Amino acid sequence: MVNVKTSSGSDALTDTKEISKDKPLLEIRGVSKKFGDFTAVNNVDLDIYQGELFCLLGGSGCGKTTLLRMLAGFEKPSSGQILIDGQDMSEVPPYKRPTNMMFQNYALFPHMTVEKNIAFGLEQDGLAKTEILDKVDSILKLVELQEYKKRRPQQLSGGQRQRVALARALVKEPKLLLLDEPLAALDKKLREQTQFELMNIQEKVGVTFVVVTHDQEEAMTLSTRIAVMDKGRFIQTGTPTEIYEYPNDRFVADFIGSANILDGKVVSNIDGMVEVSTYLGKFSLTSNSNISKGSNLYVGLRPEKISISRTSSKSTNITGYIDDIGYFGNTSRYKVRLDNDQIIDVTAQNQKRPKDEKDRLTYEDKVQLSWDNSSAMLLLK
Amino acid sequence: MSSVKKEKNLGTDLRYYISLSADKLQSKWKTIVIFIPFAWLLLFFLTPFFIVAKISLAELVITSPPFSKMIEWVDGGVITIRLVFDNFIYIFDDPLYARTYLNSVKIALISTFLALLIGYPIAYAIVRSKPVTKQLLLFAIILPFWTSFLLRVYAWMGLLADQGTINNILIYLGVTDTPIRLLYTEFAVYIGIVYTYLPFMILPLYANMEKLDGSLNEAAADLGSGPINTFFKITLPLSMPGIIAGSLLVFIPATGEYVIPDLLGGGNVQMIGRQLYNEFARNIDWPVASAVAIVLLLLLVLPMAVYQHYQAKAAEVK
Repeated sequence: MVNVKTSSGSDALTDTKEISKDKPLLEIRGVSKKFGDFTAVNNVDLDIYQGELFCLLGGSGCGKTTLLRMLAGFEKPSSGQILIDGQDMSEVPPYKRPTNMMFQNYALFPHMTVEKNIAFGLEQDGLAKTEILDKVDSILKLVELQEYKKRRPQQLSGGQRQRVALARALVKEPKLLLLDEPLAALDKKLREQTQFELMNIQEKVGVTFVVVTHDQEEAMTLSTRIAVMDKGRFIQTGTPTEIYEYPNDRFVADFIGSANILDGKVVSNIDGMVEVSTYLGKFSLTSNSNISKGSNLYVGLRPEKISISRTSSKSTNITGYIDDIGYFGNTSRYKVRLDNDQIIDVTAQNQKRPKDEKDRLTYEDKVQLSWDNSSAMLLLK
Repeated sequence: MSSVKKEKNLGTDLRYYISLSADKLQSKWKTIVIFIPFAWLLLFFLTPFFIVAKISLAELVITSPPFSKMIEWVDGGVITIRLVFDNFIYIFDDPLYARTYLNSVKIALISTFLALLIGYPIAYAIVRSKPVTKQLLLFAIILPFWTSFLLRVYAWMGLLADQGTINNILIYLGVTDTPIRLLYTEFAVYIGIVYTYLPFMILPLYANMEKLDGSLNEAAADLGSGPINTFFKITLPLSMPGIIAGSLLVFIPATGEYVIPDLLGGGNVQMIGRQLYNEFARNIDWPVASAVAIVLLLLLVLPMAVYQHYQAKAAEVK
């Protein structure tokens, strides 16, 4: 997979969180997994460093869970190598790996109490009884479930079960904690709240997290870095900001948030300053990859980077008519029809409450669209 | 305008009554549907049971049927009710019965344990196999039911006899010169019972284990538990309902088994089913035979009660 940086400013945007980059904790080297004819994971390379909260993001069937299961040891790579702390994991069974997993359905033992569930892993390590009790107590405190330790999983709510599952995996202090869709089973409000809880806990314990999710918002909120996966491959790896602001291809631009994708033709490339012509006019964008004059590529323009108004100004790029409106309360999504019948998506903040009906943009209004040329994204594929 | 409104009202009223009567109809059907199994149990289980209980409290007389009447009209319009407990006293007094009951329970218990020992791995293997193989294996488990139970026991007689297949092979292989006595031993009875009742052990175990969440095993492995430990700490405790159901399905019929000890055990293996048959058919002592049956029933109700208790407890947890 080519990993082309299409930005010049991305260095300034890298995450401020301190992560030691001298030696990766997890090294994935050319790992593939085939099930019969189907290739679930296709020649993937990745380094994850101590203290990261790394998200594998992709739609269903993209291979993210298979990759996670290979890290846990439930699946063997068809080819390639996985190293944790420099140690090859190929022949290490799941029960001897320095990893712990939080399962999507939590997989709590129904015949054991909360306390016993959490103690199970420690008992396998042959720790002393008093030590086990201490550790269980302190982890229960961390996830705020002290009063529930004598309950069985069936007697807990979804959110409580989620926390027991997290506690059970964390209590063993693994080098790597693997989380398979940790928040998918919770309802929306609880999910948002738990996202922050999860981040706080990760910060407190300092364990490296690898999270599998299909939810791009969740990935953006949680992670220090994201790998976007599709069809068993990594499409792009980077910080949430890099991925959002500088996607390097159409799939990523469209999968993370949304984008107007424009066909473009390279007019010139002078020292990394690429001029592309599209039906929305010319865009001058920086790129450090080899783009030859006359080649076809795409330009992405995010809906919220376009401003919309009825009054024209000097900065107006193009005019159009409102074709459709989606009102979300805090924002509105407009579908603007241009003269050439192309539709452009525009998102606007509803900063002021409209005074009356006339104040509100409505169907078939003639509107002026404007954007900052540098907000556009150069997409190679 | 008003007539339209009225019509509308009529419409909704009609709909209301229809739905009401549908509800009534439904509840009527519910009653009928529930009544059918009740009637069945009453007619074919409870009534015979009371008849047997009644006979067990009668006296042996040389009439047809060969027992005394419980309720009699004495001249002068007096009703006398005679309850004779001699049969029960007789059963408890004669050590033969106690021995036979104990032997039946012992054989049934050991057979159940053997069936569990053999059936558990089989059920486990079926659960773990691929869908196509699974169907095939389940079919194979049910296949023996397509031939008569009696025929299958006769087949075992042919296999186990002194001049039977097994002995012939052993002699041919030079393992032994003279036939080993297999038929008409307790060993043969064990083989018969375990062979016959194995499907009743496997099927509930399979049904239980099929439902077990595979990710629990993975979670245990992930937490550092090796395969053997995972089996004893996770799989075995969670398959307990299946073990209990299967064990009861083997233990209960095995205790009262008549055909297998008679055909494969000959006169050498005393089980209560044979004793019952002897009292009933040979001694033509219906009252004692009935008393034997009642005691056997009480013996079997006990494990059932334990099972019910366990189920109720399991339901409570959920």
